Amino acid sequence: MTNFLLNGAEVSVEVPDGTSLLHALRGPLGLSGPRFGCGDEKCGSCMVLVDGVPSFACTLGTEAVSGKQVTTSEGLGDMAAPHPLQAAFLAEQAGQCGWCLSGILVSASALLAANPDPSEDEIRLALDPHLCRCGSHNRIIRAVRRAAQEMRV
Amino acid sequence: MTGSDGRSAAGRGGLNQPPVTSSSGFAHTTPVDPNKPKLPGSLNVNRRLSQWLRFNADGTVEVHPGKVEIGQGILTTLGQIAADELDVDFARIRMVAASTPASPDEGVTSGSLSTQDSGSAIRHAAADARRIFLSVTSQRTGVPIESLVVRDGAFLGPQGEVGSYWQLASAELLEVDASPDARPKAIEARRQVGISTPRLDLPEKVFGVARYVHDMRLPGMLHARIIRPAARAATLMATPDAPEGVQLVRDGNFLAVLAPTEWQAEAAAARIATRAMWSVRDTLPEQAQHAEYLREAGARGERTGVLARDEAAPAVARTEKRSFFRPFLAHASIGTSCAVAQWAGDAVTIWSHTQGPYNLRADVSRTLRTTEDKVLIHHMEGAGCYGHNGADDVALEAALIARAVPGVPVRLLWSRAEELGWGPFSSAMLVDIEADVAADGTLVGWRSNIISNGHSGRPGRSPIPTLLAASQLEDAFPVVPSINPPMAGGGGAPRNGIPYYRIPKLDVQTTRLLEMPIRSSALRGLGATLNVWSIESVLDELAAAAREDPVAYRLRHLEDPRAKAVLQKAADMCGWATRTKGEGWGMGIAFARYKNTGAYAAIAAEIEAKERVYCRRLWVAGDAGEIVNPDGVVNQFEGGAIHGASVALLEQVTFDRRNITSDNWDGYRVLRFSEVPTVEVAMLNHPEAPFLGAGEASMAPTIAAIAAAIHDALGIRPHALPFTPENLA
Repeated sequence: MTNFLLNGAEVSVEVPDGTSLLHALRGPLGLSGPRFGCGDEKCGSCMVLVDGVPSFACTLGTEAVSGKQVTTSEGLGDMAAPHPLQAAFLAEQAGQCGWCLSGILVSASALLAANPDPSEDEIRLALDPHLCRCGSHNRIIRAVRRAAQEMRV
Repeated sequence: MTGSDGRSAAGRGGLNQPPVTSSSGFAHTTPVDPNKPKLPGSLNVNRRLSQWLRFNADGTVEVHPGKVEIGQGILTTLGQIAADELDVDFARIRMVAASTPASPDEGVTSGSLSTQDSGSAIRHAAADARRIFLSVTSQRTGVPIESLVVRDGAFLGPQGEVGSYWQLASAELLEVDASPDARPKAIEARRQVGISTPRLDLPEKVFGVARYVHDMRLPGMLHARIIRPAARAATLMATPDAPEGVQLVRDGNFLAVLAPTEWQAEAAAARIATRAMWSVRDTLPEQAQHAEYLREAGARGERTGVLARDEAAPAVARTEKRSFFRPFLAHASIGTSCAVAQWAGDAVTIWSHTQGPYNLRADVSRTLRTTEDKVLIHHMEGAGCYGHNGADDVALEAALIARAVPGVPVRLLWSRAEELGWGPFSSAMLVDIEADVAADGTLVGWRSNIISNGHSGRPGRSPIPTLLAASQLEDAFPVVPSINPPMAGGGGAPRNGIPYYRIPKLDVQTTRLLEMPIRSSALRGLGATLNVWSIESVLDELAAAAREDPVAYRLRHLEDPRAKAVLQKAADMCGWATRTKGEGWGMGIAFARYKNTGAYAAIAAEIEAKERVYCRRLWVAGDAGEIVNPDGVVNQFEGGAIHGASVALLEQVTFDRRNITSDNWDGYRVLRFSEVPTVEVAMLNHPEAPFLGAGEASMAPTIAAIAAAIHDALGIRPHALPFTPENLA
């Protein structure tokens, strides 16, 4: 049994040893935001925050987050109360297929928490662990800058 | 020559024809009745209005396209067209995902044809529906139809509201065939078309709401994984026992596991993969001699004419001969292929991110040796799709595995290695070109031979199923080498192989390989990714030899004013005339009209040559005809250009004699955020002109523009993709 804070709520999950956090989140914990892309820490589709740090949920054992805070894109905000990043991604129409967005959103939120006014190059660097195949990169960068500006006001 | 090449080529009968084609050159499983008047787009083969539209008493309108959302935003575009033509608020539109057998059969969502095929149909169907509803309201109320106006679905006469779509929703007024006499609105009366309406699908994707087929969770659902053969050509000799709680499913060389949870299925598949015994053979060509292999296999292949022209021309002063090569390319979608299947009696329901539900149904039923009515396909979205990827394969495989557990839903997910290693690839290609120039440098003759495997192995187009598992079963189907769509549908290998420039003497030929050691099918642009680059590269050389500016040289060889306009626009955007050159930096420009009949794109690229080449900036000028959603079109042109930059600089499938070796993200590199160029897009709108499509136009000319920029920076003309240091050496 592993206990941790998931998007602010206490959860307990029982999975066999070595089960990845991604499988626990998408399986018994019922989330859809973190996504499988490669299982190899190369694409960022599964990215979540563990105590605020972007972490690949595909290779992280579930037991490793015991007692920690895990945040997924669902934990950033929802349609009724969107996170400024989510609002900015919609305003910039920053996406096509959308597969990469959950991971990119949590990495971007960690970036803005550490650096409220990142340069374009700093955004590109922070998002380099993430692949986007549809070519929405420039829109995504614009959306992160827009959110940063909104959050500084 | 504008746009006329396709039909003459088809008339020569040289290219492989799919068994059934529609007017747009795309295969439908529904036959066309030649005795009925022609209707716009896919309405011609799906004539009943109720197939497309449904009004609900709650004040909503359902739109049922046969085209599907593959990340390109088509549902929003089609919804805008319906809302505008019906005069209802966009918020009333409910886009319903395609499914068999109820949805219109619109063949495959491909070829940048969805707005043409589906948008034209929905516009006409909605205009007809509006006419019918107003006519019935006029008859019932006595208010002359000319006096009725529609405001957000309410019918207003001189004295106020006299009816609405919703009041007549139950009247079954749409249970009729569309009339050829319906007249869509005049251009100036359009209100919602031409507006950048936000995408319908994006909010759920941003908030992590379950939307993809991958997110389906059905009661009692089991999870499946496949154990792939140890080589492309392999025979399964022995399998170990399955771990406790896991069920092994085997049919010939097709081997899978079923388990209650994903991690059990994954762990069991990994364990069995290391213990299964395969007899393997070498069947793949030597990658180091891949171009030579194409030439040699081409000599055994099927060579056909694409277009020949022999008009009066000035004397030939000089002939240039060039060859260009590109490797196999992967789709490299960020999500892996997935499907859910569930049997009930002798029928199976499949939830799939296929591009063509009816085509998939045809091949699944053939493989299962059952009838089409026993296979139900429901479309659900997947990760971005850029052509014929593993979506159809995984759907059949889910059905095969689920057959072992009647009544139980089964979710099958491919691994990254399967996605990059076992899905269909875009064929490697080689082209030999001879270009004749007159004494003044004018291009007067062009001969080429485009050598490639076929660019379509899509399901539903051949009596023999083409899906991956069909050839692996105990009772296996043979593997049929992929074909090329007819030129009337844009062609496959020779797509964009006919230069769009005025050339009096022309002989374009193509050679299709009749052997297929690596499975090939359609990927964004098909043959255009090689053909546009090779043509534009030769044009650049000829311009340089004639001491002419490459833009000016192209302009004097172009006849179509819309082509000239986009080229001039791209040149203006990048400051071509006044450009300056820095050490290690270069700029290039290229043009193509997709399929020679679709959207126009001119691209300027700026590159920086360091330890390898980086593309820093792209300027994209496009003309997609009438534009429904301006931001959506920009998004497509921008995405296509970045895709092109990635193909130009990084992408190639690698293999040894047995297997694809580029089956992870280190082996198959695509551009990352720090490597992506900035992109500026300008669209020249033509609301009076037909839809021309948007998804594929910008990719191929981007590759060509980057090649030109490399020459500008380094003095090297690339002749092999990708433009890596090894290939530029």
